[in-house]
Amino acid sequence: MIEKNKRSVVIPGETIVEGDNYLPGEGTEKQDKKIVALRYGLAEETNKLVKVIPLSGVYQPRRGNIIIGKVSLLTFNGWVIDIGTAENGFLPLMETPRFVSKDRLDEFMKIGDIVVAQIFGINGRGIDLTLKSRGLGKIDEGIVFKINSNKVPRVIGKEGSMIKIIKENTNCNITVGQNGFIWIKGDRIEDELFAKKAILFIVEKSFLEGLTEKVEEWFKKNELVEEETKSAVKIQKKNVKEEKDDN
Amino acid sequence: MTTKNFQRPDGRKVDELRAFEAKVGIIPNADGSAMYKSGDTIAIAAVYGPKKMHPQHSQNPEKGTLRCTYNMNSFSVSDRIRPGPSRRSTEVSKITEWALEPVLMLDKFPNMVIDVHINIIQADAGTRCAGINAAAMALAHAGVPMRDMVSSVSVGKLDKTIVVDLSKEEEDYEEGEGPTDIPISMTHSGNITHFQLDGKIESKQLMEAIELARKSCEAIYEVQKKALKDLINMEEEY
Amino acid sequence: MEEIKITTEVTAERIRKYLEKEKRFDGRKINEFREITIEKNISNQAEGSVRVKIGKTEVLVGIKMGIAQPYPDSPNKGNLMVTAELLPLSSSRIEPGPPRFNSIEVGRIIDRGIRESKFIELEKLCIKEKEKVWTVFIDVYTINDDGNILDAAGIGAVAALQLTKIPKYDEENEKILYGEHEKSIPLKKINPFTITVHKIDGHLILDPTREEEDVSEARMTVGSSEGIIYSLQKGNSGYFSVEEIQESFNIVEKAWKELFKKVEKQLK
Repeated sequence: MIEKNKRSVVIPGETIVEGDNYLPGEGTEKQDKKIVALRYGLAEETNKLVKVIPLSGVYQPRRGNIIIGKVSLLTFNGWVIDIGTAENGFLPLMETPRFVSKDRLDEFMKIGDIVVAQIFGINGRGIDLTLKSRGLGKIDEGIVFKINSNKVPRVIGKEGSMIKIIKENTNCNITVGQNGFIWIKGDRIEDELFAKKAILFIVEKSFLEGLTEKVEEWFKKNELVEEETKSAVKIQKKNVKEEKDDN
Repeated sequence: MTTKNFQRPDGRKVDELRAFEAKVGIIPNADGSAMYKSGDTIAIAAVYGPKKMHPQHSQNPEKGTLRCTYNMNSFSVSDRIRPGPSRRSTEVSKITEWALEPVLMLDKFPNMVIDVHINIIQADAGTRCAGINAAAMALAHAGVPMRDMVSSVSVGKLDKTIVVDLSKEEEDYEEGEGPTDIPISMTHSGNITHFQLDGKIESKQLMEAIELARKSCEAIYEVQKKALKDLINMEEEY
Repeated sequence: MEEIKITTEVTAERIRKYLEKEKRFDGRKINEFREITIEKNISNQAEGSVRVKIGKTEVLVGIKMGIAQPYPDSPNKGNLMVTAELLPLSSSRIEPGPPRFNSIEVGRIIDRGIRESKFIELEKLCIKEKEKVWTVFIDVYTINDDGNILDAAGIGAVAALQLTKIPKYDEENEKILYGEHEKSIPLKKINPFTITVHKIDGHLILDPTREEEDVSEARMTVGSSEGIIYSLQKGNSGYFSVEEIQESFNIVEKAWKELFKKVEKQLK
């Protein structure tokens, strides 16, 4: 049983609340008068709607989602893209930002390329993708890694607040795919790894309250170390340059 | 019913489980993982999935597939087991699938597969039960939707007495009518998903044994639940 | 959960760029091992057993002893058999599709390291010449693969053997009394760890993570103790120059010393 407006961990089959006027939300089922959890996660009740926020599990694709995937196949009219779901994504020729001739598919993107795309339709045949929006396209360099897709909302934060903090503190461009893949691109590799570290920290502490403050604290603590490394590298570079000049 | 002066070799009461321990999240690569220990029997389980099913021709467009593998380490028993699948491990793999499938909602995952891998590190009887207990926790940990948890225990009869959680020594019991080994798995709401029997028993006593199993599974469920909840609470303490 | 199974080319480029500065993603130096922990006696049914963790990589190694006929060409020596199982438990890549190693290769590399170094004094494992000898079974199981299964298995084999005790043998009834021990298995006073050097873009590194292993072009596993090399195997389809081989030997010798200290501490 959970307290009102509080969160508590539940396991499958566990009764979350009992009572006539509760409604079963996502991850739950009504059995007689009980709302029972169908997932392992955090149970939450607001205005009599009871749902379970999953802490793990597969990504459920939704229209409008930005995702990051890998080109797995070229067909006569587009690219098949593996986005980590049972059905592959498909990017039709018509959905590229500029004209691509159907004889030149592999010049635009070849098998193994990683791409940021948006889901514009989900139907029986699969997941339709588009690149016709800002920020979408093939990934050229940086680091790409995966987190649990359930933690993506925390990494992004309310209206992007969390991701903004990370970008500001690390000087990196960060794209978070709803399917859990994250692309970080910065001027220096150290910055990229710093941003990755920050994101993994958020993933670890994702269910804590007041996460924003904790993250800001984390940055203050870790920034000092990064600054020292930066100056150490600067001195090193200076020494190397002096050596070179001497020679 | 029992015989006068009946004593279990390790001194336990007839309804006393061996010391048990459960832990979740022990294999970083897996989507879900868990360890279950009962006495000296240690089982670990890893879940990968739901994911695309390969080969494609094995895909089922109506519902997902549950695939279990059960493997005992060569050095988990005193007489080394040759590595690789055996007839027994193949049977236990199937039993495990049947024990877990009733709580899974596989129709939500057409063309997908959920792989459950169980490994026995140390064996002292009750290995398939420990495996099922670990697998159930690993499935929940992996975020697979489940109607209920599954708990598993071996009840049995030693001569004329019904007991729970047989040790290896008890499986080789020689007095009187000898041992009857009854592994049972059930959901927390009491539905039996796995049931086997080897030995000799009257149906009345068998019903007694089932009741003992039910009570014991309650206790096991609490340990499984705690392990899953502790995972979150532990991380909260930082 | 599906994953984009191979480390992406984009990340691989980053790994290489970082190596140019002799740096790695997790902050390690190029010849540094991750944290190693060894847990003793993880199965009370084994004659010796350990759990070895290198970073997040985890393997179990267990020793069992049995009695069999000796091989005809070594009538008074015990037998040795090493097998490795790359369990599907340990990685989503084991099935389907080809894994980075196959179990047979891991088994054979570890076998060579132990056998060629004569670490186990097999002549002392003879019970009755030409008829009965002890067989030592070394079995490796992977539990979590985050790169460098080979070295973890090699460390595990050496450590497990150092904990191994020979079961009592009831000659009259021809029965092995498992659980009852008399003495430790006779071992030479060496530590034949296998250490694998990987080549990425001309850089030689030790103890790769899974991502780094994906980008490795060539690898060389050296079984050695105190500078003496007992076994060697080059794998993968890249190549080593002669200078790189010499450098690898230096790297291995240095790493062996570090490893020896760490393992000794853990086994106390």
